[in-house]
Amino acid sequence: MQEMTPAGVHEAHDSPEVHNHPEPRSYVAVAIFLAVVTAAEVGIYYVKMSDALLVTVLLVMAAVKFAFVASWFMHLRFDNRVFKRLFVTGIVLALIVFGIVLSTFFARGGPAPGFGS
Amino acid sequence: MATAALPRRRGLLARPTAKTGVWGWITTVDHKKIGILYGVTAFIFFILGGLEAVVVRLQLARPDSTVLDAEMYNQFFTMHGLTMIFLVIMPMGVALMNYFIPIMIGARDVAFPRLNAFSYWVFVAGGIFLYSSFFLGGAPSGGWFGYAPLSRQLPGNGMDYYSIGLQILGIASLAGAINFVVTILNMRAPGMSFMKMPVFIWMSLVTSFLLVFAMPVIAVALFQLMFDRVYEANFFNPAAGGDPLLWQHLFWVFGHPEVYILILPAMGIVSEVLPTFSRKPIFGYAAIVFAGIAIGFMGWGVWAHHMFVAGLGPVANAAFAISTMFIAVPTGVKIFNWVGTMWKGSLRITAPFLFAVGFVAMFVIGGLSGVTHAIVPSDTQQTDTYYIVAHFHYVLFGGAIFGIFSGLYYWWPKIFGWTLSEGIGKLHFWLMFIGFNLAFGPMHILGLQGMPRRIYTYPDGMGWNIWNLVSTAGALVIALATLVFLVNVVVSKARRQEAGDDPWDARTLEWSIPSPPPEYNFLEVPEVKQRDDWWHRKYVETPHGAPARVFAGGADGDHDDDGHDIHLPSPSYFPALSAIGLPVLGWGTIYYNTPMMIAGGLWTLLALFGWAFEPSAEEHH
Amino acid sequence: MATHEAAVAAPHEHHTSTGIDNAKLAMWTFLGSECLFFGSFISTYLLYRNRVHSGPTPHEIYDIPYTSVSSFVLLMSSLTMVLALAAIQRGDHRAVRSWLLATAMLGTVFIGGQIYEFTTFVEEGLTLTTSTFGSAFFVLTGFHGAHVTVGILMLLTLYGMSLSGRLTEKDTRPVEYIGLYWHFVDIVWIIIFTVIYLVPTNS
Repeated sequence: MQEMTPAGVHEAHDSPEVHNHPEPRSYVAVAIFLAVVTAAEVGIYYVKMSDALLVTVLLVMAAVKFAFVASWFMHLRFDNRVFKRLFVTGIVLALIVFGIVLSTFFARGGPAPGFGS
Repeated sequence: MATAALPRRRGLLARPTAKTGVWGWITTVDHKKIGILYGVTAFIFFILGGLEAVVVRLQLARPDSTVLDAEMYNQFFTMHGLTMIFLVIMPMGVALMNYFIPIMIGARDVAFPRLNAFSYWVFVAGGIFLYSSFFLGGAPSGGWFGYAPLSRQLPGNGMDYYSIGLQILGIASLAGAINFVVTILNMRAPGMSFMKMPVFIWMSLVTSFLLVFAMPVIAVALFQLMFDRVYEANFFNPAAGGDPLLWQHLFWVFGHPEVYILILPAMGIVSEVLPTFSRKPIFGYAAIVFAGIAIGFMGWGVWAHHMFVAGLGPVANAAFAISTMFIAVPTGVKIFNWVGTMWKGSLRITAPFLFAVGFVAMFVIGGLSGVTHAIVPSDTQQTDTYYIVAHFHYVLFGGAIFGIFSGLYYWWPKIFGWTLSEGIGKLHFWLMFIGFNLAFGPMHILGLQGMPRRIYTYPDGMGWNIWNLVSTAGALVIALATLVFLVNVVVSKARRQEAGDDPWDARTLEWSIPSPPPEYNFLEVPEVKQRDDWWHRKYVETPHGAPARVFAGGADGDHDDDGHDIHLPSPSYFPALSAIGLPVLGWGTIYYNTPMMIAGGLWTLLALFGWAFEPSAEEHH
Repeated sequence: MATHEAAVAAPHEHHTSTGIDNAKLAMWTFLGSECLFFGSFISTYLLYRNRVHSGPTPHEIYDIPYTSVSSFVLLMSSLTMVLALAAIQRGDHRAVRSWLLATAMLGTVFIGGQIYEFTTFVEEGLTLTTSTFGSAFFVLTGFHGAHVTVGILMLLTLYGMSLSGRLTEKDTRPVEYIGLYWHFVDIVWIIIFTVIYLVPTNS
């Protein structure tokens, strides 16, 4: 919510909607990178390792892909910061709230995994 | 208007031109007319929801009563709750926000005028859809919170109407909230920086953000319930491992921010009314603004206090107990701000002022009883008793509804150009104040005596008879008070006492323009220099700190000029048209009528296409 | 959807308090809201993925190579989308139409893949009503598919606008904002692919 401060606005005033979007060449480079990471994700899925390590590596790779699409294709790294803050607010809120929601189920114990099977 | 003279681009349909009459209202995109439409519609629902409450109270007046049977009782209390929350308090807040956000920030309309009309018509469609259940086999009967698995298992279609009806209303709220966020961030007049915005605007902004982030959560819960009921999914089916706690989490993750969505607009209204009638600026502007923002954030961290008896375990309960007690702090800050505003002010005891003070007093009671159920052991005792019913009525009626009436009395002269009678207004206030406390005060006692919520009757000899009778008498006094308000409207309209532009000698921009405001609001977009800009244009401060009038007052702009050069968006058929398809889609879903679903969906889709491509009637720059 | 249409059709505001275009701010606010929408569905899935009742478990039924291919298709549609934007910004109308159509086609391939996947799952004994896992899976991925479908409709609309000359380099906002929506739907799938398909379950 920092974008509410007057300071934030005035900064925004200084850079009204400049279309300094990157060249197609950079878009293609980002896409190749994304494709490589996706291939790595699928590859690592078949590698034998502990679940904890696998989950960590997979989540990190997904986060990297997420960040690259958001910052390059959705132009968040070039655009007004207000957009990034709105989006990050949504993501962080969802992570915190649902992190707590899910943790209450696990703290409670809940039905055993594979309930009913 | 001005736009009619411009060359039109051809399109599927020409844009409508009617500014008056029925078509003028249906096709309007003027935020002021939409605000009035919201207000009138919400008031009709206020009467419906109020009548439901009166019937519920008649049933409970005496033990073993037979006014309603158990099933009808469940439908009535459920619809009373749904109506008051989704069809009265929210849209009443939206009515005043619609009318006054653009004017108070010095704009000529909201950011998306047609989207604004769309929100209204979807709200109407959702309200009609929800109420159609009474005629189509029975209304929702599982409480406004719709706890699963009961809501999944209830026979009939009532809870289908609940799941789809609230979904439709949610679309209206989300679209409206996005519109207000953009309007407040982007449409402010030159010089209107954030810390110069009226508190009402700030509270509207926080409310809108809460809606933006809370509505999707309830949308998901409602979709899951709908899939369970209509397509036999298992989200809340305990036999297949469905978890009732999931519904409670999703519902209250939405539900608690929702509480602040209901109360923050009223807090904003009171923060405008009290300074005006105390002839002082709001005490501690920055504190009240940041307290509002803090409530907006902290409102996301307290939802599980609705679930203390659900068995979340001691760690979760303790954490949420602490966060709940903590949120009382910013709320308390606001109370001190309001009291500080009145302190040593030259008070004028008018109807809007009385309602505002009533708000502060009743909200303190409701807030304090709220703190008593932040304490887990005490909450365990109170859960599902009338003590809870007492608490949230003190917050939502003593709070939100009193705040809204304060706003109605305060802004009425601006909206219609004539004032409501002060005498009848004061009678209205005192009747409502007394009736309210008679109706809901005794519920604290009933609750502590152990009377459970949601029971349709009770046996004699529980010690509950006398307080239930008092409570019902109070409900009838409230009904009488509402009638007095309607009489006030009729009498005052007949009397038509011209209000003038600035009848209360108020502080904010809406009072600088004529009453009622012209369609374009401001002949010239104002240049804002300070907080309470209009006040400072009227008064300078003497060396002793007393205000001294600088000019004779009167509104900006000259009334002869009718603003021919001002471009305003043209009216449109499409917002109303696109709303029609949604309830049709809903009915089709409930009754497994695929052609009807397709017709409704396709109708809305085509209307949205028509909307996207309708000629703008305004030349592109 | 509605928000979007309004956003596209709104008259251009040259002067806003923040210097940001109204429709762009509305779109990002909407996308912020959508984070909570998919967050709720994904959390439901995480809660329910091991509750399979008598039906198949996630990793009995998922076909990782198949889903990897369709995920890759959707990922590449983000590239074609952003190339469409670059094309309209330099005024290359032929390229705009090609890239728009390519994006819509890739989206359609993805949806086709999803329909095939759903059909296979139903044949293998996993339906909406089999278990809470089935409900959570179909409703989550189904709503994502609905988002993609809405996106395809909007892309085809853009294509039609381009053919009728309504889409010019003077106002590239419709392509940019529908693009934002499209990329958002893509990144939601990035999360779904990892969290729903790749992350192992404990059964």
